Amino acid sequence: MWWAAVGDDGLVQSPLFGSADDVGERLREAGYLADAATATTVFLADRLGKPLLVEGPAGVGKTELAKAVAAATGSGLVRLQCYEGIDEPRALYEWDYRKQLLRLQVDRGLDGAADWETERGHIFSEEFLLARPLLAAIRRTEPTVLLVDETDKADVEVEGLLLEVLSDFQVTVPELGTVVASRRPFVVLTSNATRELTEALKRRCLYLHLDYPDAVRERAIVLERVPEVGEALAEQVVRTVRALRALELKKAPSIAETIDWARTLVALGLDTLDTEAVRTTLGVVLKHASDAARATAELRLN
Amino acid sequence: MATSAPGLLGTVEGFVAALRQAGVPVGTSEVIDATRVVGAVDLLDRDQLRAGLAATLVKRPAHRPAFDTLFDLWWPVAVGEPVESEADQERAGVDVDALRDELRHLLLTGDDEALRRFARRAVALLGRAETQPGRQSWFAYRVLRSLSADTLVASLLDALLAGEPRGGLAEQVARQAVRERISAMQAYVEREVRRRVAEERDRDQVARTALRPLVDEVDFLRAQREDLTAMRRTVHPLARRLAARLAARRRLGRAGRLDVRRTVRASLGSGGVPLVTHHRPRRPHRPELVVLCDVSGSVAGFAHFTLMLTAALREQFTRVRAFAFVDTCDEVTRLFGAGADLADSVARLSRDADLVWYDGHSDYGHAFEVFTDRWPDAVGPKTSLLVLGDGRTNYRDPGLPLLEALVRRSRHAYWLNPEPQRQWGSGDSAADRYGEVVEMVECRTIAQLAEFVTRLLPV
Repeated sequence: MWWAAVGDDGLVQSPLFGSADDVGERLREAGYLADAATATTVFLADRLGKPLLVEGPAGVGKTELAKAVAAATGSGLVRLQCYEGIDEPRALYEWDYRKQLLRLQVDRGLDGAADWETERGHIFSEEFLLARPLLAAIRRTEPTVLLVDETDKADVEVEGLLLEVLSDFQVTVPELGTVVASRRPFVVLTSNATRELTEALKRRCLYLHLDYPDAVRERAIVLERVPEVGEALAEQVVRTVRALRALELKKAPSIAETIDWARTLVALGLDTLDTEAVRTTLGVVLKHASDAARATAELRLN
Repeated sequence: MATSAPGLLGTVEGFVAALRQAGVPVGTSEVIDATRVVGAVDLLDRDQLRAGLAATLVKRPAHRPAFDTLFDLWWPVAVGEPVESEADQERAGVDVDALRDELRHLLLTGDDEALRRFARRAVALLGRAETQPGRQSWFAYRVLRSLSADTLVASLLDALLAGEPRGGLAEQVARQAVRERISAMQAYVEREVRRRVAEERDRDQVARTALRPLVDEVDFLRAQREDLTAMRRTVHPLARRLAARLAARRRLGRAGRLDVRRTVRASLGSGGVPLVTHHRPRRPHRPELVVLCDVSGSVAGFAHFTLMLTAALREQFTRVRAFAFVDTCDEVTRLFGAGADLADSVARLSRDADLVWYDGHSDYGHAFEVFTDRWPDAVGPKTSLLVLGDGRTNYRDPGLPLLEALVRRSRHAYWLNPEPQRQWGSGDSAADRYGEVVEMVECRTIAQLAEFVTRLLPV
């Protein structure tokens, strides 16, 4: 059966993935071990042509997911990193006014009195337009994954901007007209949930909550990333990390930290994770003094 | 209720109605997306359907447990008896010991799918009981009691540790693994029981009773132990969210004085014409906060949570001082120093501080007296005073004039009361009389508390 992914915008294009299992397999080839829920949601985001909002604690592989989708589908990755105070000129487009000023001065030098109509045509043309990530992603004709990273860091006004771009996949530049996507990018938004995103944005997205993985998958991830670590040690590391997560800590260790820990142990040439090894390397997984003290007491490390 | 379409769409419709009833906001456009999902996923794969519907209908992790419970009711794993159990039942009686052996083996290997099948079978064999003559129902506690997984812990630990010494790291880690598996088994049993009950009785009724309230809507005074643990886990995320919200409000406020240096520097790029002006950020108003809180048994959960939250929000205040009282008062600020472990501080509160003077029942009058005597300058014109307590004085002197004097000296004063407003003033509660001298705010849930904190901190 041939499927066409039709988004809300009516753009018709052939989907990137054939089925949810296909997603899982191709992400695995790209080095990302997705669970069934993640694979299904990515598949649906592609099929329904909707942006994918991925929320979860830091270091569980939200950004990695976007990169893996790009790698698995051979798409180019366009990344918009959000931060406090990001605004339209940084996210969408900007006129290169320095170049425009130069141009005006050059024209004046040439014939003294250029008429306004031609001048406007000159300085408000493609040449002076600086495309920022959102516009760049829409103008691309090749397959594209647009990653809007750490959306929760941006201010609420930026969300309004995203709404327009993500629901219609078009950008209006007053001087040039409306740029419509010829090919809808696969959009991934990530958030650490430091603030609640607006309902309007959430409504337009498919939502995926990524949490710490279960023991089996986490062990597989560690073995995938640090193959030198070996089955037995990977199992020990994962089980110890899970025991740490069960404590009431300020910052629970993430997958990234589990991987770092496995790497550290390999680098130190340790082949078993005993009390001594945990005590000396605890700083790799716990980044607050009070967390380390608590873990030391609860896991009887001394 | 509107007439529902038959078949799959009707099921989705009923499911969405149940979600809305459970307090999960679902918009019309999301329902449309959900139906498109149903068309796109492999319907034979239940997990795909679950993930797909969750992606469209649940946009907040707090709503996920309700979604999962309802999903199991609307799309049950199977209908009727599990296949394996018929053979078992032919044997006369149920061999509980054999089941326990099997459970022990499953918990040891950690095979999730087998554990799920086991739970289904165990419910079929052990979970049925007569409620009234001729009426039968299913009960999770019967199954869990017969299996009594907790008594297996010791032998499981022995097997997992395989000769390693007890008492150290290895045991703690193994314990955690065992705990996780046992609670997974319990969850499977409860899920299966809900399925069986729903099959025999009204699905909507089960849906109503099976749902637990969301963490931020649990009543502090009725919270159970596991609720309190769940609440404590939300302290840091909540503090982060509140801080972000406050910072955002600050930014939205009027910009401060013109920053000449930055404006001039930026103007160089546009040929000396200051196209954009830059302003200095305004200095945020940070109140000094004095928290005076009742930590007697009746309101302990509430007081502990609130103390932890104020401590976690320390960077939003110039200075936080915390005082705790039962029938006398002591300063506990030192327990919440920078970098302190909040859960630990709360545990030390009752042990290290001198809070009981006479009989360990709240005595607001005496507590206010001691507070005014020992720390006369704690409350000054820059201070926001926060009193936490239910105002139940055990019919002793409420010490109204003392409180009134404190309120007059402070810049702002609020009283947070974890009891519902209609109970203020009933029995030994002096809340209504306190309410006349200080602004009293009902604060029964985390949601109400968060709302109050944002209001307390003016920008």
